[in-house]
Amino acid sequence: MRSITKASIAALAAVTATTSFAFADGLSGDLKIFLDTSNPAPRETFETMIAEFQGMHPDLKIETTIIDREAYKTQIRNFLTANAPDVATWYAGNRMLPYVQPGLFEDVSDLWEGELGENLASTKAAMTIDGKQWGVPYSYYQWGVYYRADIYNELGLTEPKTFEEMKSNCQAVLDSGRKCYTIGTKFLWTAAGWFDYLNMRTNGYEFHMDLTAGRVAWTDDRVKQTFANWRELIDMGAFIDNHTAYSWQEAIPFMAKGEAAAYLMGNFAVDAIKDAGVTDDQLDFYQFPMIVEGVPMAEEAPTDTLHIPSNAKNKANAKAFLQYVASADVQTEINAKLGQLPVNNKSSVNADDKFVSQGFEMLNGAYALAQFFDRDAPAEMAKVGMEGFQEFMVRPDNLDAILTRLDAAAKRIYK
Amino acid sequence: MSMQADHSNRSWYKRNEIALTPWLFLIPGILMFLFYVILPVFQSFYISTLDWDGLGQGTSVGLENYRELWHDPAFYISLRNNLIWLALYLLAIPAGLFIALFLNQTVTGIRLYKSLFFFPFVISQVVVGLVFTWFYDPTFGLLNTFIGWFGFGPINVLGDPTYVTYGIIAAGLWPQTAYCMILYLTGLNAVDPEQIEAARLDGAKGWRMLWYVIIPQLKPATFIAFVVTVIGALRSFDLISIMTNGGPFGESRVLSFYMFEVALSEYGFRMGYGAAIAVVLFLIMLCFITYFLYSMYKEERGH
Repeated sequence: MRSITKASIAALAAVTATTSFAFADGLSGDLKIFLDTSNPAPRETFETMIAEFQGMHPDLKIETTIIDREAYKTQIRNFLTANAPDVATWYAGNRMLPYVQPGLFEDVSDLWEGELGENLASTKAAMTIDGKQWGVPYSYYQWGVYYRADIYNELGLTEPKTFEEMKSNCQAVLDSGRKCYTIGTKFLWTAAGWFDYLNMRTNGYEFHMDLTAGRVAWTDDRVKQTFANWRELIDMGAFIDNHTAYSWQEAIPFMAKGEAAAYLMGNFAVDAIKDAGVTDDQLDFYQFPMIVEGVPMAEEAPTDTLHIPSNAKNKANAKAFLQYVASADVQTEINAKLGQLPVNNKSSVNADDKFVSQGFEMLNGAYALAQFFDRDAPAEMAKVGMEGFQEFMVRPDNLDAILTRLDAAAKRIYK
Repeated sequence: MSMQADHSNRSWYKRNEIALTPWLFLIPGILMFLFYVILPVFQSFYISTLDWDGLGQGTSVGLENYRELWHDPAFYISLRNNLIWLALYLLAIPAGLFIALFLNQTVTGIRLYKSLFFFPFVISQVVVGLVFTWFYDPTFGLLNTFIGWFGFGPINVLGDPTYVTYGIIAAGLWPQTAYCMILYLTGLNAVDPEQIEAARLDGAKGWRMLWYVIIPQLKPATFIAFVVTVIGALRSFDLISIMTNGGPFGESRVLSFYMFEVALSEYGFRMGYGAAIAVVLFLIMLCFITYFLYSMYKEERGH
């Protein structure tokens, strides 16, 4: 009898030992992850990373759902309220606001305390609303002009440093029977990339932020100056015809076939451009040139983020996952595969990728970083604004009517 | 006397059985209808007086949403497009009749031809939209290659504000014509051969035969074709969403799509404003609903 008791106590002790061990090292329970990384490269990156996380925590039941990137944007609100996952991807800046305000995102300020917060400091402002942080960034990327180096060489052109050079380059490209820039405005936001850069180079970062925050009127003369610069390019015929019919991917073949020489885009486009048949040697990158001398060069660097919905069921697991994704090694690894930049300043950048290393250098020297028009401005303003940009690119003569409309919308939205 | 006693002895249900039974059978349907159709209609009226994001607490703004709608150029564009849709979509009826007459003959393999003509209605509207998007593509599309042979420049159908709505309607007419065709084909089976025989003896042929003998007999089919086409025109949402997403700059939106954009899409959750658009759309539909109900009522009384 005594020996049995002894044995069972020993067994019990052994069991407790293993469970406490498991608690210390591995997570258990469920973890439901919703991702919008539906493009091939990001999809694979995330699947590999999650598999590694699973390997570290064999008892954890991870369920991953990958949703089409455009569809995700309309679905997120429904699943955050009705059927919340434990982790969800989204974007930084004002784009979080519609989910932070009604309390759909969990406050994760505690993750930002201590070392991790210091390592992610560069994006802290973009993740902060009301003095709290609402998510963790996993990646960001630069915007700039991707161009066909072989066409530029053929015409004897160099990367432009000023708007004048940009225009004279463009004239040379046009004279050779090509278009300067490809663009697909069917989904509107691509036009906002042009507006953001033209406005930041013409009027500066502070003005741009004031405009997207509703502190400046759209009918302001400085805004008109931005559009006047844009119009110079439009009147030259710099952009491909019929861009309203194409998505950003559908605009790539023009560049691949050599009918257009350059593309103002985010770095995520590099993969797609190469897939369309442009070789690494044919493709190069330059920073959007200066327009007004003395205006400090700010850049667009949209940040992709992970959040925990307030209705999540396994928040502890979710936080562990966020911490894992934000850690230096993981950020180095996933961003090398994504072809983007790690946010964690202890991470290293893939130096073999010329676009990533150029982008990293450019962003390090940037005066300030903007998220993107539809992340800096509130959602409704972004929609009305981007529709206006598209209309302007087709019918530049309508500018006054467009700006009056934007101003009326702004008065209602920012009240 | 005894009969009267007998009568009152029976339970209340037994006494009213004949009057009650139909209602008992109708109750499940009526409840569903009240809950899922009638109630939401009034709910929409109520929500249209709110400023509400769909989650938090809404604040009452009275008729402010309607006032804004009155001054909203996007609303008028959507309304105009809705009317264009209604008018042009009805072309599916004569087109369907024409194809039905053409196919209403006995040739070897006619069933195969009929199925092929009916095919566009079977495939999803999303597929129709995609196929037509490629067809219209200004650079690589079949349409522009074709008109290029005759020396016409490329037309950016889906990217040009003047053509876009017509382009989408043309895509929508393809399956809708097939639908009307099948309605008329079944209708043509019911045409009385004796009347045709008699008309022939009286010397009617060609157009006169069609107009005075065949078409009057196809009236029930025409009525159904009209109803489904009007409904089809008003729920043109999927094609627009697939082909242009409302663009360029909102020129191809119809009211239902505009409502979706305002209330449910990525860029804004203004449930009140969306509900106000829904109410306007409902009022437009009400005209047709009243017409249908009235003509059905007349039909019933006639029999």
